[in-house]
Amino acid sequence: MSRIKISQGRIVDPANKIDHVGSVYIADGKIVSVLNEPDGFRPDRIIDAYGQIICPGFIDLSTRLREPGQSRKATFASETAAAASAGVTTLCLQPDTVPVIDTPAVAELVKDLAEKAGYAQIYPIAALSQKLEGNELSNMLSLKQAGCIAVGNANQPVKNLLILRRAMEYAASHDLLLMFRPNDYWLGHKGCAHEGAFATRYGLPSIPEAAETIALAQCLELAELTGCRVHFGQLSGKRSVIRIHQAKKYGLDVSADVAMHQLHLTENDIAPFDSAYHVLPPLRTEEDKEYLRQGLAGGTINSICSDHQPHDLDAKLGAFPETEPGMSTLETLLPLMLTLVAQRAITLTQGIAALAEKPAQILRLRSGALTPGFSADVCVFDPELNWQVNQDSWKSQGANTPFWGQTLKGRVTHTLQGGRIIHELVREASHEQ
Amino acid sequence: MVDNLQLNSEGKLKHFLTIEGLNKNLLTEILDTAESFAGMSEQQVKKVPLLRGKTIVNLFFENSTRTRTTFELAATRLSADVLSMNIATSATSKGESLLDTIRNLESMFVDMFVVRHAISGAAHFIAQHTAPHISVINAGDGQHAHPTQAMLDMFTIRQIKQDFSRLRVAIIGDILHSRVARSQILALNTLGAAEVRVIAPKTLLPAHVETLGVTVSHNLNEGLKDIDVIIMLRLQKERMTSALLPSESEYFKCFGLTEDKLKIAKPDAIVMHPGPINRGVEIDSKVADGPQSVILKQVSNGIAVRMAVMSMAMQRQGALS
Amino acid sequence: MTTHNLEIPALLNKLEAELKSVIIERRLENPLIIGIRTGGVWVAERMHQCLGLSEPLGLLDISFYRDDFSQIGVNPNVKPSHLPPTIEGRDIILVDDVFCTGRTIRAALNEIFDYGRPNQVVLAVLIQRDGRQIPLSPDCAGAVIKLNANERIKLTGPEPLAIHVQTIEEALA
Repeated sequence: MSRIKISQGRIVDPANKIDHVGSVYIADGKIVSVLNEPDGFRPDRIIDAYGQIICPGFIDLSTRLREPGQSRKATFASETAAAASAGVTTLCLQPDTVPVIDTPAVAELVKDLAEKAGYAQIYPIAALSQKLEGNELSNMLSLKQAGCIAVGNANQPVKNLLILRRAMEYAASHDLLLMFRPNDYWLGHKGCAHEGAFATRYGLPSIPEAAETIALAQCLELAELTGCRVHFGQLSGKRSVIRIHQAKKYGLDVSADVAMHQLHLTENDIAPFDSAYHVLPPLRTEEDKEYLRQGLAGGTINSICSDHQPHDLDAKLGAFPETEPGMSTLETLLPLMLTLVAQRAITLTQGIAALAEKPAQILRLRSGALTPGFSADVCVFDPELNWQVNQDSWKSQGANTPFWGQTLKGRVTHTLQGGRIIHELVREASHEQ
Repeated sequence: MVDNLQLNSEGKLKHFLTIEGLNKNLLTEILDTAESFAGMSEQQVKKVPLLRGKTIVNLFFENSTRTRTTFELAATRLSADVLSMNIATSATSKGESLLDTIRNLESMFVDMFVVRHAISGAAHFIAQHTAPHISVINAGDGQHAHPTQAMLDMFTIRQIKQDFSRLRVAIIGDILHSRVARSQILALNTLGAAEVRVIAPKTLLPAHVETLGVTVSHNLNEGLKDIDVIIMLRLQKERMTSALLPSESEYFKCFGLTEDKLKIAKPDAIVMHPGPINRGVEIDSKVADGPQSVILKQVSNGIAVRMAVMSMAMQRQGALS
Repeated sequence: MTTHNLEIPALLNKLEAELKSVIIERRLENPLIIGIRTGGVWVAERMHQCLGLSEPLGLLDISFYRDDFSQIGVNPNVKPSHLPPTIEGRDIILVDDVFCTGRTIRAALNEIFDYGRPNQVVLAVLIQRDGRQIPLSPDCAGAVIKLNANERIKLTGPEPLAIHVQTIEEALA
């Protein structure tokens, strides 16, 4: 289908400052026009978006699809289907696959897997160091040429600051973005919960907020020293927000994101020993959550990522500290964003910007907006549609979500990637409420 | 979740995993029941047929001869069949194999697991995943809980001091790594102790320890004032190597309980220790063996308390079957 | 309510008389009296006096031997049993207040036999009512009565010893 009209929805396109009811016109995989019908436009397909919201497709800065290497947890097929159903049209893959994305061959393999899954826009993040071990630099230039969009450390702390410095200098030389998850090795060693009341009560090995803040502060210093452009991913603490705020004010070229679940859950929400809540960085306090929300609303935190980490059943079956960290989060991304809006933490425009416009800016992609000429990556969602997280609705192979069984509000009805409909919600005839 | 897991629909004990979620009445019931069993040790026949025909498996993923022995003895005195298994943790470092171990034993028609494990939450995990007719007793999980030890300490305190409401209790030592301390704090607060005070250097205290309902002191001389009950905790040798403490001798100087230090507490204060004692590290021999020490009493009370908990957890089973 | 003339002194006298004849009949030597807590102990104390025995009374708490443990669980505050050092070869008079189903006596015998093998055991109860469920029966009783299905006997004591017949509804009220 080459020509599509998405008809009469509320168009929210933060980058172009549009919030208006109208139609979006797509031809040959590109956005042709928004609001104004081009002369003689004869659509092959009309998507009725009445009562729905039309926005740019979401761009996720931190995802794990578990391939290559861990297909027992999830596959490209299962997870790209989950992404499509969640309105996500671009995925950045963390390099901690098996093997690690530290050679062009692995990067190529990722591209192949994406193609096979029929999901075009997957960008691998190259490992900062070989095997993510923090000893030797990876072949960043070759990796960039093989399609890697940035370099990163995934969840692996970089123990040696000299290596980090060199890596940042080298990345800067090739104009590569560093996507950094700050975490001090020694302070966060073997921890599984925030160092706070919850970990104290249940005797869990804990991770202080300082494990994140100290690594962040070090990296900020090196950002200035090396001139490397740094994006801080999956921030979890109050002081991280303060640090980023100061750094931006000071003029450093840095950006930051937060995982959606960190904006909703705290240590108080953790059902004791429920491994679904075992994430890294750990869920912290109400105060941290409040700072993260304010940081997002005020622009200190640029974007929201899913930090999607699907797991097999066995990975989560054990005593809390023994289980693997991570949540399956792609499919709860939109409803949780709408919850933030409903709770007046952010506006709808800010929410969509944090999921589309801002990540595109960080990655320097011509995307994340409904700008004529841009790839037609579009998400259409029904903000009022309630749905239950269950076996029937869930696409990801990882059922590791604390929201299992809950009813969430807001569901994607159509997802277009490069003008191709990659997801269409099959609605029941009676239009469920 | 924790409390629902431990209690059946009638609010009776089903598993005994932690003190958390159990109310004062239930804790008192445990103590009262233990009282009955304590009386039994005066009898010539120290065995009753309460759990005859029941099979209890002691699953010790972490070695502890003392705790295992008291559980074995308690089960034997209730006429249950007891099987003790010491399972090297290396074989079960993964959750899957822990579950496999449980499944295997379940299929041998076990009625109760007594679990000791080095990971916090292991007993909860087993209770959540085991067959519904099986009771799980936590004999210590990681740094989380050791509820039977805490209850035998409460039993000992009640024997001597009767009423909890006016008691000021000091817990001294490695609170950070102590499952015993966590359970004691919860039990003392539930039973209405006037004050629970923890005394330790900051390196041996968990973050926000005051959220557990304790007052904090870093100084033994100040901390022991007005104290009725002194609970010393065992100091593991490995705390020196992980830079939590400079040396045993410096620890003893600051936090070791000597006769002089003991004089700071109330004259009728009692001294407790969950054992095994490191003489000269956390406690002076003169104090450990002195008139105010009730350490050996704790040991003999251990059997009665475990008999109480085991029989209470098993009564529910019959009601369901 | 069924009316019975249940006067404590009369019941005790009758029990004492029956007991004395059983002692002769069965040739009990130096009998040991054991009362079952709580009511049985009160009755046993009276018999102990009447028979003029010097050896102290044995006390039995059968809570840990009950067969309904799995339904009702452990009763906190069970008191320890006090039995003399040797049961082996003794002649025993086991005393309870009310005999109904026989289950209490079963539990008591089990406990006694855990302590040793007595030569013989004689069962004396103040009142034997209907409702037997196992093949045990008292050797002597102060009275043998029938009650309605919803009625119960309750002994209160120790001083004064008194008997109440209540319906279950009254007992629960």
